[in-house]
Amino acid sequence: MTVPEKATTSPEPLLKVSGLVKHFPIKKGLLQRQAGAVQAVDGLDFDVRPGETLGVVGESGCGKSTMGRLVTRLLEPTSGKIEFEGTDITHLNTVQMRPMRRDVQMIFQDPYSSLNPRHTVGAIVSAPFRLQGVTPQGGVKAEVQRLLALVGLNPEHYNRYPHEFSGGQRQRIGIARALALKPKLVVADEPVSALDVSIQAQVVNLLDDLQDELGLTYVIIAHDLSVIRHVSDRIAVMYLGKIVELADRKDLYERPMHPYTKALLSAVPVPDPKRRAKRERILLKGDVPSPISPPSGCRFHTRCWKATEVCKSQEPPLVTLATGHQVACHHPENAADQAPREKPGAEAAQKVTKKTEG
Amino acid sequence: MTDLTKPSGQPGNGDLPATGTAAVGEVAAAGSPAPTAFLEVRDLHVHFPTDDGLVKSVDGLSFRLEKGKTLGIVGESGSGKSVTSLGIMGLHTAGQYGRRKARISGEIWLNGQELLGADPDEVRKLRGREMSMIFQDPLSALHPYYTIGRQIIEAYRVHNEVTKEVARKRAIELLDRVGIPQPDKRVDSYPHEFSGGMRQRAMIAMALVNNPELLIADEPTTALDVTVQAQILDLIRDLQKEFGSAVIVITHDLGVVAELADDLLVMYGGRCVERGPAEKVFYEPQHPYTWGLLGSMPRIDRDQTERLIPVKGSPPSLINVPSGCAFHPRCPYADVPKDNITRTERPELSAAGGGGHFSACHMSQEERTRIWTEEIAPKL
Repeated sequence: MTVPEKATTSPEPLLKVSGLVKHFPIKKGLLQRQAGAVQAVDGLDFDVRPGETLGVVGESGCGKSTMGRLVTRLLEPTSGKIEFEGTDITHLNTVQMRPMRRDVQMIFQDPYSSLNPRHTVGAIVSAPFRLQGVTPQGGVKAEVQRLLALVGLNPEHYNRYPHEFSGGQRQRIGIARALALKPKLVVADEPVSALDVSIQAQVVNLLDDLQDELGLTYVIIAHDLSVIRHVSDRIAVMYLGKIVELADRKDLYERPMHPYTKALLSAVPVPDPKRRAKRERILLKGDVPSPISPPSGCRFHTRCWKATEVCKSQEPPLVTLATGHQVACHHPENAADQAPREKPGAEAAQKVTKKTEG
Repeated sequence: MTDLTKPSGQPGNGDLPATGTAAVGEVAAAGSPAPTAFLEVRDLHVHFPTDDGLVKSVDGLSFRLEKGKTLGIVGESGSGKSVTSLGIMGLHTAGQYGRRKARISGEIWLNGQELLGADPDEVRKLRGREMSMIFQDPLSALHPYYTIGRQIIEAYRVHNEVTKEVARKRAIELLDRVGIPQPDKRVDSYPHEFSGGMRQRAMIAMALVNNPELLIADEPTTALDVTVQAQILDLIRDLQKEFGSAVIVITHDLGVVAELADDLLVMYGGRCVERGPAEKVFYEPQHPYTWGLLGSMPRIDRDQTERLIPVKGSPPSLINVPSGCAFHPRCPYADVPKDNITRTERPELSAAGGGGHFSACHMSQEERTRIWTEEIAPKL
């Protein structure tokens, strides 16, 4: 077995996404006329560098899973461009995409529905070989058993069915399947959210080890900010189909610039009873607006305590405000104001911070 | 409530042998022998007969809770935390259509009244009025065919002889209190017209409509986004202050209990492995499983680049619970106590460090304190 070299820091991004858009049409009436569209992903620009882990975080409905399915080309983008190792894969069809699938694999959220209950583990993990027409060195069976051992399962369990495994073990089967073809990029959509805390840690550690061992590049999509902080090198925060902030892990958690990121971080319950007395939390009002008719201008302005007139009319571009720190906001925190002439209006009083007594 | 006398240890109605004395002793030792403990659970067992064998979901659980306090029950899936809450609410035996009844034994004292031995009709009168529950998934806990208002009105009129108009006013008042905008209009909405966070608020309104003294929240924020979760946790905390009720929060998320709970109870394999004031359990945990939970959790408040310290293996089967200490197959310190005792004898809860802190572990307190301070705490 040859272990791929640890990816070196090449200047070329492994994955380059520009202006990526996905609108799901809403059809109505007898003639199925299009009545509108769910703007699930609405203009994403980001790079993924070889060997790094990009964390994508956001609340439900922000488009993070759609993004994952677009870059793995399980969905057809409405517009925009996806480049993998310099090759444009935006509109490749299933057949043209097949050779690319060796390099781009996915780990799914639900270890119960992502494994065929009628197939043995051996059949599931060897499916990529069958589909790609590849015979691994030493034969399929030996290779599957090696993969099972790699993810911490007993290779003897080759002939068992998914229902004979626990949730954490099933997630390991899904990981073994994703790694079968030695991919370069693995997109993991909520890889640990269905698992118990103690099992979650096992899988997070496994993903870590496999990255070191195989030089993998990850895009990890999750809603759990603590997990994202632990696994990511860089983090993209999404809100209503847009990236509002993209920064290195340390920067993002220590000096968040977008008010949404700040509110999101302050909302996470901290497992430290003494800190609840001191902690200041920003309570956002209301819910995330519908992606069918997102707010004008900055999409966060309806819930933002810093919003001014300019936020309602002009969409802030994603710009670099510090080294490696991109943010889309007119009035960022921890950085110079991008629209200084604007004075916060009456809405400024909206910020509800709360200190809770112990 | 008329009967406020001290619970006198009458046997429960279960068909299992009650070994209650030891557990009750611990409960009593937790504070002065308080005859007025608002809620006291003594040696609760909930077993379900199945084709594969007897599932021992809860196997000897005791705790007490005072009014105005919040108890957090933490554990992984299958540790028995939800079964406990349904047991307190009397929802295991309530269904006459259940194919197989749960076997319940032990005692549950609420405000001086024993619930397990009580007439089901009596318990029904208490349910919703004295004790109520917030469920995890508001979409499946609310009836999709009826408006939110109708469901709250029904909950109110079951316990109060009032006209529909009065009940409707009460429903609007509560929807307003839990932060639903335009409550006089939204009262006529159906559950599907509400967002996840609003549904959870509506369910809290329904649970509070009769000013219950005991509120059980079973994973109240698990289905919600983090910003909405913060709103709901805040709401629960405010409402508790306002109503002075006793609250039980059941969750797998140590962050949520750290936000809410005064006391903490850690469950594993249907039993309590550690119990105590929240700060004690978080800062001086006395059970290897609690160490495992703390080590498994990525922390948002630290830039942690080291590996997590997971618990090896998987949670136990509740049909064949491991002998001795149920945690021994996963415990890195199972061989520390002498004579293989972790595999043969089940550890009972015993005082650990005082201040109402208990732990069920065969290791001596000195050993545990040493391991925690020298081996575990520096790595967290």
